[in-house]
Amino acid sequence: MNVSYQWLNEYIDVSDLTAKEIAEQMTRGGIEIDVVESRNKGVSGVVVGYVVSKEKHPDADKLNVCQVDVGTGENLQIVCGARNVDAGQKVPVATVGAKLPGDLNIKRAKLRGVESQGMICSAKELGLNEKLLPKEQQEGILVLPAETPIGQPIGKTLAIDDEVLELDLTPNRSDCLSMLGAAYEVAALTGREIKLPKTAIMDSPELASSYLNVSIEAKELCSHYTARYIRGVKIAPSPLWLANRLMAAGIRPINNVVDVTNYVMLEYGQPLHAFDASKVAGGRIVVRLAQEGETLTTLDDQERKLEPQMLVIADSEKAIALAGVMGGGNSEVTADTTDIILESARFDGSTVRRTSRQLGLRSESSARFEKEVDPSRVIPALDRAASLLEQIAGGHVAEGIVEAVAATHEPAVVQVTLSKINSYLGTSLSKLEVEAIFTRLGFQGDIDGNGTFTITVPTRRGDITRDVDLIEEVARLYGYDNIPTTPIEGSTTPGALTKPQAIRRELRKRLTDSGLNEVISYSFTGPERTALFPALTGDVRPIRLAMPMSEERSVLRTSLLAQLLDMAVYNRNRKNDNLAVFELGSVYHTEEETLTQLPHEKHRFGLLLTGNAVQASWNQKAVAYDFYHAKGIIETVMQTLGVSSRIRYEAATPEGFHPGRTAAVKLQTEAGEVTLGYVGQLHPQLQQQMDLPDTYAAELELAPLYEYANSAIVYQTLPRYPAMERDIAVVVDSAVEAGRLLEKAREIAVGLLESIRVFDVYTGEKLGAGKKSVALSLVYRHAERTLTDEEVTELHGAVVTAIEQTFGAELRK
Amino acid sequence: MKERLEALRVEALQELQQVAGQQQLNDLRVKYLGKKGALTEILRGMGGLSAEERPIIGQVGNEVRAAIEAVIEEKQEAYRQEETAARLREETIDVSLPGHALPTGAVHPLNKVVTEIEDIFIGLGYSVAEGPEVETDYFNFEALNLPKNHPARDMQDSFYITDEILMRTQTSPVQIRTMKAANGKSPIKVICPGKVYRRDDDDATHSFQFNQIEGLVVGPNIRMSDLKGTLLQFVQLMFGSQAQIRLRPSFFPFTEPSAEVDVTCSQCGGHGCRMCKHTGWLEILGCGMVHPRVLEMGGYDPNEVSGFAFGMGVERIALLKYGIDDIRHFYTNDQRFLNQFARM
Repeated sequence: MNVSYQWLNEYIDVSDLTAKEIAEQMTRGGIEIDVVESRNKGVSGVVVGYVVSKEKHPDADKLNVCQVDVGTGENLQIVCGARNVDAGQKVPVATVGAKLPGDLNIKRAKLRGVESQGMICSAKELGLNEKLLPKEQQEGILVLPAETPIGQPIGKTLAIDDEVLELDLTPNRSDCLSMLGAAYEVAALTGREIKLPKTAIMDSPELASSYLNVSIEAKELCSHYTARYIRGVKIAPSPLWLANRLMAAGIRPINNVVDVTNYVMLEYGQPLHAFDASKVAGGRIVVRLAQEGETLTTLDDQERKLEPQMLVIADSEKAIALAGVMGGGNSEVTADTTDIILESARFDGSTVRRTSRQLGLRSESSARFEKEVDPSRVIPALDRAASLLEQIAGGHVAEGIVEAVAATHEPAVVQVTLSKINSYLGTSLSKLEVEAIFTRLGFQGDIDGNGTFTITVPTRRGDITRDVDLIEEVARLYGYDNIPTTPIEGSTTPGALTKPQAIRRELRKRLTDSGLNEVISYSFTGPERTALFPALTGDVRPIRLAMPMSEERSVLRTSLLAQLLDMAVYNRNRKNDNLAVFELGSVYHTEEETLTQLPHEKHRFGLLLTGNAVQASWNQKAVAYDFYHAKGIIETVMQTLGVSSRIRYEAATPEGFHPGRTAAVKLQTEAGEVTLGYVGQLHPQLQQQMDLPDTYAAELELAPLYEYANSAIVYQTLPRYPAMERDIAVVVDSAVEAGRLLEKAREIAVGLLESIRVFDVYTGEKLGAGKKSVALSLVYRHAERTLTDEEVTELHGAVVTAIEQTFGAELRK
Repeated sequence: MKERLEALRVEALQELQQVAGQQQLNDLRVKYLGKKGALTEILRGMGGLSAEERPIIGQVGNEVRAAIEAVIEEKQEAYRQEETAARLREETIDVSLPGHALPTGAVHPLNKVVTEIEDIFIGLGYSVAEGPEVETDYFNFEALNLPKNHPARDMQDSFYITDEILMRTQTSPVQIRTMKAANGKSPIKVICPGKVYRRDDDDATHSFQFNQIEGLVVGPNIRMSDLKGTLLQFVQLMFGSQAQIRLRPSFFPFTEPSAEVDVTCSQCGGHGCRMCKHTGWLEILGCGMVHPRVLEMGGYDPNEVSGFAFGMGVERIALLKYGIDDIRHFYTNDQRFLNQFARM
């Protein structure tokens, strides 16, 4: 809603306040003013002139030499190129020294040898918004009404020495979608009186009811329909003052009848519509639901297919308007119109809203109806418009209002106690202070001996229905700044993170401290992305958005890895070749074809490594990321969560991963072993397809880890007896996993093997094809005594023998 | 014999003055003081001396030995120092070459901000509550006093999946879930961080996916002044003790009264600058007293308890805090962007 400062002064005297001051007060009172804009875009020195004569320029066909009277006693000679300039016109004249928008300075000039003492201006040159110009002003110079006084500054003529407050209204304050509503708000904020517009209709003797009959069929959807019948209007452009105001409010003037309906809508917030009476069949107006298959061409020339739950205005034959949304072309007021039916009604907000949404058709009218209009303004607005049409369009208003009433509205009566106000706000307001606030708001009410206010809420404030609404009104007029700041009283609560929250924080810290960056990727992805890693997603169906913004973001992600791939590509395209990142986030899984219940949101840990782990530098060689970096990070994660002893890695071949370089990560739970996810290299085909170099990744389910993570640290006594170390190297078939050798050693030397470490793995010609050498370092220790050399030799011998026999290993000498 | 000793002293000292190098010094030590050296040689003749002469000559012999030893030691010390200096010269390295840095990674800036806010509220006795990102229309709208076809639904354009299920547009549904889970018990003090989704064309200041942090307090006698007190405490912990708040009346369907909260501009301290559009204030929070209908939907009697709620956009705070110019950086994860946050 755009509120003109000058226009506002019609309803409330705020001439002692600047537009900016009003804006500040309104903003602090809860109606945010986005901007206060001056309508004058830099015009000065432009006055109204009278074109005394026009002659052809001696040397230029397209130029005219005009003598113009600007009230200075001496005519100005002005060369003008506009085709529509003519003697006898009143026009805006930029005299020498004048300024126009765009830093244009008017100087004395010679045009093709003829002196010109200024410029006759078009509306556009005066900085008027092109989109809002009436048709006749869109080209050529602006021709002003004949009665405009010569010499009058154009700022006054066009009312552009004005400022416009742009209200950014919250949905509850639709009462301010009108000049009167804004005036009531300013009145409440500043403690002033409202002046209501004067309405005087000189009814002509004919009865409106003899021309017109009105009925409501859809009684639930239209509580009140009123109309007046106006004869003999003359369609013409509106007077300047009216057009100026519409333009200030951002509405383009069309003709006097349409303009009056818009003007009164802006004034009262009550949308009105004018039908050409000659096109309304049978003199009948029916408010009804649209019929199956019915169509209507609306005023914007679009043919609309109507649906049965849409509300229409119909005559005895056909729909003639979409109720509250837009009129129909078949009953439009045109240049030939003489008799009109003026409508003022109250349509159901949600019906108007649904219709306008379904048709993608929003209008000034629908914007007001969908938030419910004030039931007490239906008739005053109708009368105001009728009276203006009498004055402006020469109409004769037939006597009486033709109306149908489906429901009546009583103003809401709301109670609130003084003690509730104060205990709710933390204030100590007195009865008198609160009463004064209600008075400023124009709310009538009483207070009883118990301190209960009984307030009759004006119908214009339909947002106020219960005690807290009144409390908000008190609070905002008292001033939020004046409410004290207090600490919460009552019992205290301990603040803490849940175990999963604490775990995620710990992982974040451990991983970033180890050099990884955390990323957050989009939850929406393309459908093909959900099929990349079936082992990570299981048998789920991608969840599709009903109206996605693009196909690449049309479904919910089913894995983190698919998103991390895009992140890697994005970074590599920017020459960020070395990546070590992780993400903690949800994936969304469902087995349902169409969601009937919420999907499973699974917390996942995702990891991606590519490029170099160590950059080449003056003292070290580059080290590329490999499988063991990725696995090492998973091991660190498990170590951090205290679950290492429950974790097992098993070679696996999930789709999307390199079949020889991937492990399933398994957790031993009370209910058996569960697969948390996978760690491995991406499948070379996938790498090629994404144009990525060797890339290592992991994705793990977090929920089981939340359950088994163990933060309890139990101190172990430091060893008091010395350890014995033995190294061996064995040659085994390449297919034998080193991990199995470690397991076997631990099994044989249980209780005495403190640690075992692989310190070398070697393959080479010397060993022969298909063989590898694994070198192990074993540390033996007894907790309660020193082991003898013989004991260790015997134990170690048993370990070696077991490895030899189990894996066909040969001891390297 | 005394003369021979004196002569030896003179000769030895002379020769030692000329010494060149460690080897020669060693040789001279052997030559004069060694087991078969000159001094020993002379003193061997002491057997033929009288009992009176022997101690006198012995003393002279000792003096001569001490004198020679002193000079040798002096020379030796000089050589040692020189040698040490030479070794240190050789060991010199280029200290301007870069060192071995420990690896450093960064927590994502959005989570950095969330963590900071969480910690402030945990310190104030709040728990951290979470809820699903895919929500029902009921929890996301209806239970928050936003019935279907309510014009206030236009404030948020939603990603629906079915008519009844959508991506949550706000973290506020966690308020309802928290109240229902608390099952009528109070007080409730929670904050709810999380991702939310709204249809919006992405540009430098808009993202269809973003994060909010919501706060909810429900208990007997919770007042709007408590809300102001809590928010003031929060912004002073978050933005510094000089930060002030300013509340402007506003509208949210789930609170009444409602307010937008401005905080003293952290850039200029309230004097006015480009960041705050010369107002001295930055709008960062929405808040209000929990609407009685919302309390009812959560299973509470508005005559028994009251509550306040507040919410803020994490991206907005991160943009302001770090002076970031484009919200999309948070989701494209350019490493050059993320690396900048690997700091305390």
